[in-house]
Amino acid sequence: MRIQRCKGMRDLSPEEMTVFRLVEGMFRDCCFKWGYREVRTPTIEYLHLFTSAGTLTPSMLGKVYSFLDWDGWSGERVVLRPDGTIPVARLYTENLEDKGLARLFYATNIFIFEEAGEKTRERWQCGAELIGAGSPLSDAELISLALEVLKKLGLKGVELRLSHAGLVKALLVKLGLSPEEQNRLFDQILDGDVEALAGVSRESPELESALLPLLSLKGQSPGFLKNLRALLAQKMPEIKPHLDDFLQTVALLEALGCGYQIDIASGAGFEYYTGMIFQLFIAGEKIGGGGRYDALIPAMGGGDVPASGFALYLDRLMNLVKPEVIAGPVPMRILVRVPAGNADAVKEAFQIAGSLREAGYIAELDLDGKEPEGFAWIIDVQEQAPLFTLRDRAGASQVGATTISEVLRLLEGKGGDKDSPA
Amino acid sequence: VAIKIALPKGRLLRKTASLLQKADWDLDEYHSKINFYHPKSQRFPDLRIRVLHEKDIPIQVAVGNYDLGICCLDWIEELLSKYPSSDLVEVKDLLYGEGTLYMAASVIEPIKSVSVMRIASEYPNLAESFALKNRMSRFSIFPVWGAAEVYPPENADMALLSAKAEAELAGYGMVPVSKVLDFSAFLIANKNSWESRNLGKVVTSICDKLPETEKRTSLKEEASQREKSRQYAVEETMDYMVRLALPDGHQQQPTLNLLNRGGIQIDDYPSETGNRRPRVNIEGVSIKVIRPQDMPLQVANGNFDLAVTGRDWLAEHLYQFPSSPVKELLGLKFGRVRLVAVVSQELPVADANSLRRFIAEREEPFRVASEYVNIADKYARDNHLGHYRVIPTWGSTEAFLPEDADLLIENTETGRTIARHNLKIIDTLFESTACLIGNASSRLSPAKKERMGSIIARLKTAVESA
Repeated sequence: MRIQRCKGMRDLSPEEMTVFRLVEGMFRDCCFKWGYREVRTPTIEYLHLFTSAGTLTPSMLGKVYSFLDWDGWSGERVVLRPDGTIPVARLYTENLEDKGLARLFYATNIFIFEEAGEKTRERWQCGAELIGAGSPLSDAELISLALEVLKKLGLKGVELRLSHAGLVKALLVKLGLSPEEQNRLFDQILDGDVEALAGVSRESPELESALLPLLSLKGQSPGFLKNLRALLAQKMPEIKPHLDDFLQTVALLEALGCGYQIDIASGAGFEYYTGMIFQLFIAGEKIGGGGRYDALIPAMGGGDVPASGFALYLDRLMNLVKPEVIAGPVPMRILVRVPAGNADAVKEAFQIAGSLREAGYIAELDLDGKEPEGFAWIIDVQEQAPLFTLRDRAGASQVGATTISEVLRLLEGKGGDKDSPA
Repeated sequence: VAIKIALPKGRLLRKTASLLQKADWDLDEYHSKINFYHPKSQRFPDLRIRVLHEKDIPIQVAVGNYDLGICCLDWIEELLSKYPSSDLVEVKDLLYGEGTLYMAASVIEPIKSVSVMRIASEYPNLAESFALKNRMSRFSIFPVWGAAEVYPPENADMALLSAKAEAELAGYGMVPVSKVLDFSAFLIANKNSWESRNLGKVVTSICDKLPETEKRTSLKEEASQREKSRQYAVEETMDYMVRLALPDGHQQQPTLNLLNRGGIQIDDYPSETGNRRPRVNIEGVSIKVIRPQDMPLQVANGNFDLAVTGRDWLAEHLYQFPSSPVKELLGLKFGRVRLVAVVSQELPVADANSLRRFIAEREEPFRVASEYVNIADKYARDNHLGHYRVIPTWGSTEAFLPEDADLLIENTETGRTIARHNLKIIDTLFESTACLIGNASSRLSPAKKERMGSIIARLKTAVESA
């Protein structure tokens, strides 16, 4: 019987891991240069970290891997981390709050139960959180950072869609719904039910004329929001501060030359958002998103600390990235062959392999005696002089050498560069 | 292949039996009081019938061990709320066994704002889904085997429980917080069987005999009349009081005998009216009657100071939660049972070693059914049973062999039930007797410590004088 992996889980092959590390590495490089520092949170957290009002929607909570662990006699459930942002906010309140402004990033797996067979239940994401800053400037920083990572990954056709949680919530209040209904509707919108808002607005005709432009039109300039403000400010003064806040962020994006689309009715799946929400798409597929979550840290018992952040979906980016376009030079692979059973020759082989690695090559010892593949050079270690013979991939040239430094000189002369294209 | 149907024990047995009698099934054993789980039908001689605990039926039908089953909607929803993609089809509402699931709180202390909301329930999945939907920020679900109504207000803030009507809740001294589900008995089918097998004759025979009228409400009114007479006073529990849990079920008489020998007199235990808060002749002691299975978890959480349970249930609890503060204080020397590993007579296996060899040669996973999930799991681990699955059951475990499980971990007093079902014991895990348990980490006031000490001393004398 061959034992298989768990249903809904995914293996990453050497080829896939190469792409994984490329994407992750690019994300890390960008984050470092913007002054972000890496954090890592535990895989297991208490369930109540995520059930506290205003963190995850009930529909997402219905999909978390929650269970009673060895300490579970108190009935306290634990979960496999279902989200990247909330644990980082927890880490901040627990360890970093006195430090004020914090730029943090992470690359992590999250666990969400998916019924559908083709989706994986363990997903990888790269995220950045900017905690302690509440200005439109910080929103613009995060969006620019996300777009920079995607650009450096060589991805084209990135769509940026903007909405505003504060605005949506103010509209729901305006609809005259009970708090429970508002919550339910907000959850529906966040869970991607685009029709939800439209359905309710049809039920109250006097609001329809006011809400329809917000819901159905999609804008591509600050002018759009200014028009809305002109249209709605009279009728609904409550939404004006949210529109103004939104407008400031959009104006900054405009100044930075970011293309975007304003789509108020679009959701983002997380209940903790309070202000601007952004989502990133390539060819209709969502590859990331984020937003402002000013109420999350206060809800965790931290101080009144504003925050925003985003995550990029590593699994999806891996499918889109073309590694040959962005991969840096890969070191040349060299195979070292040695007659088995001769301890002196084996010692020589280990020495030359070590020196090759020091010099930046990949050096592998031949173990199975099979016809080698994918090596730029093959070095045979012999029992008598010349101690080493070098043969290139094609077998076209063959040279002898007596010392390690002579081998290194020869390789540099022949190959020119110790790095070759992947 | 024979069509398989699972019929319920317990609350639905009488009405299900009468429905099947009307349908001319002519069953030989389903009416009987003795525990026999393999009835035969004269009308459908090929039909394979098993009698299971009602709670096990949706699970067993969903996993495909049965094509059809009869059980109430509450247990179906309990499964589906956690596992919505289960292969289950609700074929027909059978219009009997009606009841309602309520989230309810105590009359004395209706819901107050607490940091951790404690919910006791036989329906832990529905309780969790209720808590999530209602955005409780922090909650603990105490799964119980029964008697959920007796937990609030002292030991839980709410209970999710089934009742015939709100009046029944009033009888428990409770008020509904929310109505969660109206239910009645259903004929259910496995989805694959329903799509690919001809179950027509069996289904028709049942559906033809259903009353055409809508559900009657008279039953509920009847129940509400009856329940009104059942109000019990809930005493206020003070800090200095010792809270003692006593078992319901068949350990009541020996427990009472022991207490009496120790000079402890209890009024209305065992109770003919279902009183779960009997009075005791010692001042500063309050008593609740709950399931022995539930006691270790309750003592661990500080809901009771002392409890009379079995070593089997203590071990089950400690295997699951090694860091639990529950410990045995005193062996009580009654309720002696053996925990045994049981297989079908036909299985060519005599002991744990030959069992291991037998399993190693099998392709499919080995199925261990037990009420003691954690003891069964440990037994399978300790004996290197390879690729195994533990099937939790709620009773009538003998009915699972040989088709629906390969091994049982069961308790037995005499071994007679096991032999009667054509099964054999291949191993004894340990011997269990009743014991008094307490919480090792609870901090007690000197007055309470003294009172507990005196109860333990009385019981010790009683055990020694037996």
